[in-house]
Amino acid sequence: MRLALHRAVRGVRWYVREFTDESAYDRYVAHVRKDHPDAAVPSRREFERMRTDRQEKDPRQGFRCC
Amino acid sequence: MRTDSHRTASPQGPRKASPQTIVIWTLVALVGATGWSVLALSRGEDVSAAWMVAAALGSYAIAYRFYAKFIAYKVLKVDKTRATPAERLNNGIDFHPTDRRVLLGHHFAAIAGAGPLVGPVLAAQMGYLPGTIWIIVGVIFAGAVQDMVVLFFSTRRDGRSLGQMAREEIGPFGGAAALLAAFAIMIILLGVLALVIVNALAESPWGTFSIAMTIPIALLMGFYLRVLRPGRVAEVSLIGVALLLLALVAGRWVAESSWADTFTLAPSTLVIWLVAYGFIASILPVWMLLAPRDYLSTFMKIGTIGLLAIGVVVALPTLKMDAVTDFAGRGDGPVFAGSLFPFVFITIACGALSGFHSLISSGTTPKMIQKETQVRMIGYGSMLMESSVAVMALVAASIIDPGLYFAMNAPAGVIGDSVQSASQVVGSWGYQISPADLAAAAQNVEESSLLSRTGGAPTLAIGISDIFSEVTGDSLRAFWYHFAIMFEALFILTALDAGTRVGRFMLQDTLGNLYKPFKNVSWKPGLVITSGIVCGLWGYFLWVGVHEPLGGINQLFPIFGISNQLLAAVALAVCTTLLVKSGRLKWAWITGIPLAWDATVTLTASWQKVFSSDPRVGFFKQRSVYQDGIDRGEVLAPAKNMDDMHTIVTNSTVDGVLSAVLALLIVVVIVDATRVCIRHVRRPALSTLSEAPYVESKIVAPAGLIPTKAEKEEARDAVGASPGS
Repeated sequence: MRLALHRAVRGVRWYVREFTDESAYDRYVAHVRKDHPDAAVPSRREFERMRTDRQEKDPRQGFRCC
Repeated sequence: MRTDSHRTASPQGPRKASPQTIVIWTLVALVGATGWSVLALSRGEDVSAAWMVAAALGSYAIAYRFYAKFIAYKVLKVDKTRATPAERLNNGIDFHPTDRRVLLGHHFAAIAGAGPLVGPVLAAQMGYLPGTIWIIVGVIFAGAVQDMVVLFFSTRRDGRSLGQMAREEIGPFGGAAALLAAFAIMIILLGVLALVIVNALAESPWGTFSIAMTIPIALLMGFYLRVLRPGRVAEVSLIGVALLLLALVAGRWVAESSWADTFTLAPSTLVIWLVAYGFIASILPVWMLLAPRDYLSTFMKIGTIGLLAIGVVVALPTLKMDAVTDFAGRGDGPVFAGSLFPFVFITIACGALSGFHSLISSGTTPKMIQKETQVRMIGYGSMLMESSVAVMALVAASIIDPGLYFAMNAPAGVIGDSVQSASQVVGSWGYQISPADLAAAAQNVEESSLLSRTGGAPTLAIGISDIFSEVTGDSLRAFWYHFAIMFEALFILTALDAGTRVGRFMLQDTLGNLYKPFKNVSWKPGLVITSGIVCGLWGYFLWVGVHEPLGGINQLFPIFGISNQLLAAVALAVCTTLLVKSGRLKWAWITGIPLAWDATVTLTASWQKVFSSDPRVGFFKQRSVYQDGIDRGEVLAPAKNMDDMHTIVTNSTVDGVLSAVLALLIVVVIVDATRVCIRHVRRPALSTLSEAPYVESKIVAPAGLIPTKAEKEEARDAVGASPGS
């Protein structure tokens, strides 16, 4: 019972982090470490800035409908 | 390039359905069929919304299980061994394999907006039955198919956008026409959405205050995310939603206080505020306003749609609207003019088939999809969800008193501006509602008046407040009404900002061919000029809509619907061309028939809008009627003076020319696509297909929401399966 509850809470937390893209930084760090081991890993602050700058450059990313 | 014929067919190979499966699907079919029968056969008696829900869910389940599966495996031949762009081009940012359940949420949040909520409400003027049929049949055979097929082909092309695919697969001429059409459509969309907001917020201090408060809330969230705690989206969204609800409650205090006058704005004042907002918001950095707003509106959107679904199922209200009203045949309805064919299809637009979805299905989502096999769940599945939102909107519009519905949705020029005259005019259409009841309806939601609150949003809000207060009790009715208004206004404002940016981007790209610096998107003067042009253009339509003596929604909504459906025609033409060129000629009807239907409906509507001899429908006939009036020195109702007469003449001319140009652009795209298809059939060697080459996938992931037994075993054997599954 407690185990099931624990799993459910973890599941919800995982979904919320993924859905809001809060996990984007962790994912990016994992990606850089794995595929470009020599490259420097940006700080979270730098990473989030880079992400919004990209959206600025091409507003079609993340566009929403009517 | 490898073909995939030896690795296709059904996922588990040939198999027989178990008796259990047969029983379950027979039951599902029975539920759907019962729903349809009750809806179709009952006349003049009260019908519960439960039947509409049953018809919809039963039909969706069968369509998803059988038709979508057939398209995915037999027509598109989705290949689970083929790596998607997310896997091949993974850069950890926009290209990355995303869990299917997360991507379903992302994709649905991106395609769902004000369109599927507003369209069905307006279409309810013809009764609930035509709308229900088109929302459900349309999504199954056209809308969801379009979304899934575009998603599939864009995934095979590294996430190319629809415009790029049109250029590469059809040719530069058709591609340019498609691009120009997309820009024009964007402008009309923004103008009409803004008009919906103005009609909902005008003279409503409660609504205006709470919407105005979303700006400081978003700025605060933006600051939090940029400076205080970067990337902590979940916590800042919680703070934001809490503040939003506070603003909503505070709206009532403001409306009852001495500040009320400050926030009671006339429509033309709101126009200026909105255009100024759109302009400033679109030149501010993304992090400051757009990104946090987007989080807020996504949360509100998902939350409210979820609540509404629960509300409809729990309350199961009774439909009060007629199944088919007299306006359907006569074509003289006050909400929008024209007969059932083609205008019901044009008006419903997004809930059944939306061209705009093809912009999301190409571009964003294909860069994140883990497996080709998931296009059915993400593309087709999300669109079924959107269609169910449209059904809920139709339910909400059909459960309110039809007399109130028509008093809210008819232009002031038709029903006058007092409850007495409105009651009389609506009564003459056969819908009785007393002046006292009209006044009481407004008082119940703490608005000064509900007459001529056109645009669909206020009507939907009344319906939602009816449903919710059936669950929570009457004391919260006004709160729920403003909650619904805020929810719609919130994402329409976000769309204004985001849409202005996309329009600007298209314009910068085009102007860049004439004067180089424009191509650099961060060149400040270029940014300001192009933002100004885009805001000016949609601002023009907004201004016209607000000052239109014939009723802005009445005049402009059909153009919006036509333009959206025309964009769908472009998407379906691209899909059909791709099916033909990729050796799927015998399956070209999958998108070919929806294309033929959509083109017939939309071009008929455009034709009528341009050439109809009924002045309520045809823009040029309308123009000549009022021009003749001016020549005779006569003022024709609903115009009140000569200025109104001139306004009508100008607007009708602009609207008529616009309808004609849009239709012509789409005819160009369809003709060009047909040329390419015929050439391919005659001499296949001449055509090229720009599909990305086959790379073997290393990811293991299920195709559907719930993994099958075989998929679970596969996942167990694989390394690096997604977390949380």
